[in-house]
Amino acid sequence: MLTLDAAILDAIVAHARRDHPDEACGIVAGPVGTDTPARHIPMDNAERSSTFYRFDSMEQLRVWREMDDRDEEPVVIYHSHTATEAHPSRTDVSLASEPAAHYLLVSTRDPEVTEVRSYRIVDGAVTEEPVRLVNAPVDPHAVQHYLFGQNPTTVDYECRAAS
Amino acid sequence: MAIEVRIPTILRSYTGGQKAVEGAGDTVAELLADLDAKFPGLRARLITADGGLHRFVNVYVNDEDVRFLGSLDAKLNDGDSVTILPAVAGGAFAFAAAAALRS
Repeated sequence: MLTLDAAILDAIVAHARRDHPDEACGIVAGPVGTDTPARHIPMDNAERSSTFYRFDSMEQLRVWREMDDRDEEPVVIYHSHTATEAHPSRTDVSLASEPAAHYLLVSTRDPEVTEVRSYRIVDGAVTEEPVRLVNAPVDPHAVQHYLFGQNPTTVDYECRAAS
Repeated sequence: MAIEVRIPTILRSYTGGQKAVEGAGDTVAELLADLDAKFPGLRARLITADGGLHRFVNVYVNDEDVRFLGSLDAKLNDGDSVTILPAVAGGAFAFAAAAALRS
């Protein structure tokens, strides 16, 4: 399971939308061994392509050295697909070089809806995993859409749900 | 002559888990041969069957990508630091298809 701060996911999606139709790419670094993504680092796609991405080699050196200095590792490696589903391609799988990372795929093929899915890629095997968002902001106006104490899936006759 | 070589996570199985090892060589090619003698199999992950540097491996001498220094012929001096990083790359389509699209 990937546990990710909602603000970081928003930043990743914004990056993917900004670079669309080119593929966007980047990482989220976190302290070694904690599996906690903490620091979002959008990277340049040196390929500038709508079907490939590649980290610029000098930028990658700088960022990897910086992570080393800070005792961090790449917890999430993300990139976007701009016309296909948010699933690793054969190329993605064959080039996955960080077995401990969560590979996050973002699809910007639909202008309204962004697909976000996460995978582990270890020794050529792809396993999808759930994404758990933390610190998702609560919309204070949300209950205006529903009758007091009710929502589309449950009806609370005693109106215990907080408004 | 001692050259510090930083090894990426994915290749540490060849170096017994070490993230930095020492090697020797006047060029990157010699250094990799030296490392392969100490850590068998390592060189095959970095060099293709035609003898060139693997397209998706980045090798740096101090702060420069060896692709700008002559690739495997890049010169090394005592005290240099070499870093190996697998390229982070991928994309929606297979490279063969995309290479065809580009040409």
